[in-house]
Amino acid sequence: MAPLRQLLRSFLPFLVGVPVLLSAQWAMEYSGSQAYTLLLVTVGVNVILAVSLNVVNGATGQFSLGHAGFMAVGAYTAAKITLGLAGFKLSFLPAAVSDQLFFALALAAAMAAAGLAGVLVGLPSLRLRGDYLAIVTLGFGEIIRSVIENMKSLGQATGLSGLPLRTNLVWVGVSALATVVMARRLSVSTQGRALFAIREDEVAAEAMGVDTTGYKVRAFVISAAYAGLGGALIAHAILLATPRMFTFVRSIEVVVMIVLGGLGSITGSVVSAVVLTLGLEALREFQAYRMVVYAALLIVLMLLRPQGIFGTHELWDLPFFKRRGARKDAGGAARAGGAP
Amino acid sequence: MTEFLQHLVNGLSVGTIYALVALGYTMVYGVLKLINFAHGDVYMVGAFAGYYLSELVGVRPPWADPPPGAGEVFVKATIVTMGAMIICGLLGYVIERFAYRPLRHRARLTALITAIGVSFLLEFGFQLSPLVHTPIEFPPGPSPRVFPALLERVGYEWAGVSLSNYDIIGLLVALGLMLGLQFIVYRTRFGTAMRAVSFDSEVAGLMGIPVNRIISWTFILGSALAAAAAVISAVSRPRIEPLFGLMAGLKAFVAAVLGGIGSVPGAMVGGLVLGLAEEYVAGYTDSSYRDAIAFTVLILVLLIRPAGLFGRFTVEKV
Amino acid sequence: MSIATLELEGVTVRFGGLKALLDFDLVMQPGELVGLIGPNGAGKTTAFNAITGVYQPTEGEVRVGGSRVNGRKPHQICARGVARTFQNIRLFRELSALDNVRIACHARAESGFFDALFLTGRHLREEARILSRAEEYLEVMGLGHRRDEVSRNLPYGEQRRLEIARALATGPKLLCLDEPAAGMNAAEKVELMELIRSVRDRFGIAILVIEHDMRLVMGVSERLLVLDHGCTIAAGTPAEVRRNPRVIEAYLGDAYLEEKQIAVPLPEGSP
Repeated sequence: MAPLRQLLRSFLPFLVGVPVLLSAQWAMEYSGSQAYTLLLVTVGVNVILAVSLNVVNGATGQFSLGHAGFMAVGAYTAAKITLGLAGFKLSFLPAAVSDQLFFALALAAAMAAAGLAGVLVGLPSLRLRGDYLAIVTLGFGEIIRSVIENMKSLGQATGLSGLPLRTNLVWVGVSALATVVMARRLSVSTQGRALFAIREDEVAAEAMGVDTTGYKVRAFVISAAYAGLGGALIAHAILLATPRMFTFVRSIEVVVMIVLGGLGSITGSVVSAVVLTLGLEALREFQAYRMVVYAALLIVLMLLRPQGIFGTHELWDLPFFKRRGARKDAGGAARAGGAP
Repeated sequence: MTEFLQHLVNGLSVGTIYALVALGYTMVYGVLKLINFAHGDVYMVGAFAGYYLSELVGVRPPWADPPPGAGEVFVKATIVTMGAMIICGLLGYVIERFAYRPLRHRARLTALITAIGVSFLLEFGFQLSPLVHTPIEFPPGPSPRVFPALLERVGYEWAGVSLSNYDIIGLLVALGLMLGLQFIVYRTRFGTAMRAVSFDSEVAGLMGIPVNRIISWTFILGSALAAAAAVISAVSRPRIEPLFGLMAGLKAFVAAVLGGIGSVPGAMVGGLVLGLAEEYVAGYTDSSYRDAIAFTVLILVLLIRPAGLFGRFTVEKV
Repeated sequence: MSIATLELEGVTVRFGGLKALLDFDLVMQPGELVGLIGPNGAGKTTAFNAITGVYQPTEGEVRVGGSRVNGRKPHQICARGVARTFQNIRLFRELSALDNVRIACHARAESGFFDALFLTGRHLREEARILSRAEEYLEVMGLGHRRDEVSRNLPYGEQRRLEIARALATGPKLLCLDEPAAGMNAAEKVELMELIRSVRDRFGIAILVIEHDMRLVMGVSERLLVLDHGCTIAAGTPAEVRRNPRVIEAYLGDAYLEEKQIAVPLPEGSP
């Protein structure tokens, strides 16, 4: 019985999440409001990107500007797999199920490839600090893009087109949920606290027995893997993977999201990813002003409230929620182990 | 050998541009310990300032009828270059005064994020379609514009190596500016004050040095140099667009790091070395990886000698 | 004879031309309480940094529990049982007192990232164990009531004690305290020294203390080492050191004489 309980505990959020998502997907299809699907997918992918980048930039305090590069690695890996497997199907399964299985495989491969890229980028560059690290990760992101642009098998500047439509609400929802669960479980675990220690004082963290280099690389790899997942999902929603989708402007967009939400706040990242994506969608008519708005927002935010909207706090730390939650939180130990 | 010399000429011509822009990064880093991410965009603004100024003063192309005389060419080219330098100097001042100064005592990352914001504001602000039409169309919008020919191009051919008066004049102007800067930094009171601020701005302030004014002037100088670089570069490579400062800025930053960020001679040497490295590597191998070369150089430098060629590496005190 | 907790043999640390520490020898047995004293810039903190791996010794050998640790990183040395505090307090400022100590407990944690992400049984057990241990160390240092306070908001003396609690939580065999009483008043200092002794008795660990206040450290430690300009100028029991003329000259000299209000006539021709 123990292994079963273990599995239940590990995947509890998904046991709740998947049925909800399946019914949402079904409701969408039934009501025919497909127009919003792409928007919701974009929101979900941005949540994945923001929350995963926050593991490095917020929790660990290492400022990375290379998220788009890892997205690209994930997107291209998954695209190659789904394109390569386009003609195949598992004969003992219905076609739709077989396709979804292949897509799951592609997503896993995307995460693995992006994670591997994370190791290759992280090992040399994480020895640097602060703004140097920012520029070097930016450089790596651009190198990844430049390499893709020059590879014939990846379609060079035109990229890969004609991908099958695989991304749906369920995939995006489960992935976003997985990202949030990952970030949350990390932040209440001893491993996560070791990451916070690196953010607070690297020398002291090292002296207290935290393998700072190793942990920075691990955080970087986890973050990169989820970026790859995000890239793979968006590519299979717009059926295209081109180098232009993954310029460092994309990285900066994600940085704006987490800075706005508050570096280190998971709920902050989620909220600002959702709000910014929807808000900019509303500004679609003024497409040209979009990035100007981003830029102005960033400057004003830094001048007025550099810690972001939530700081390092979570939604439930805010005064409004705190009053309500005070009684429930009496057992601190249970909270540390059991959430979410 | 001919090919080697040709790459040398091209490399020097690109390298001086990198060097001039790198000086801005390195000086600002010296006094503020801030990577002025927006510096590449100041460079871009410099090119557009030159473009608009030449429209305003009515630069006539060498093939116009009647062709402009030598005196007219000289006067107008000077006005365009100096004007661009002044406009960018002002821009640099405004950026420092209103975006960076209020954040000076906050975390360094805050300033870096602001710098990214300023950079994007310039890039995407310039990409908006024109709001003003007379006397100039501003902002210029996303499509590239052609920088006017300030003077007639005269090509020379020497033992198979071709170079033009653009290369020569550009090189001379750039060298003159660098020598001038060298003089300012090491031979004037302002330069002494600037070096004092970069050594320890707090103590410099206590010694009666007007730190804020020195920092403002550092931005003004650096931005003016970037504008000069932009005009020199735009004369021989006339396609200018709002995003072209980005890559140039990043590469100049690499040059500054290569030379040892904070070091004025380092930035000059770093710029030249990077220009030559790019030209030779791209020339002898695959030119499509040109942009990746700079970043490879950056990563190698930071891993092997993080302080750069001329910098000193500091150990954190425990 | 048991294996020495710490052995330093001919350790020299150079920064360019500057010799911060010269030919330094030190052997510490389990449970010993040793004081390291000397004037400013004598090389005390450099010795600490050489022991804990922050600096690499230019020459000589550092052994912890009998095995050589030269070239090891600080976290590896910490894992072998050496913990330290810092002269200028380096707490994880934005984290709670509890979290500061829990992070130090991590050094002995058995679970990994995978366990944390999938909430394995091992992870839950480990978290519970860490929590109870961290609370215990907070209690020992008298900080139980500050458990959830953000460490930067603690009063100065408590920050110093929190640093000791944090160092203890790494489960050391040797605890290095870098001027733990700096900035405290006389009463607090005495209290702290008693606390240090009681920590040693309770956990049975060796403690190496850097302290400026000569008299204080003499009262608490069994053995003293005196450094000046990177050189060891005296070693022995407090009584022996007190009598050592070189110590009186080099270190006690100014402070001692000043304290006694004795005017020292300057030699002829000095500026």
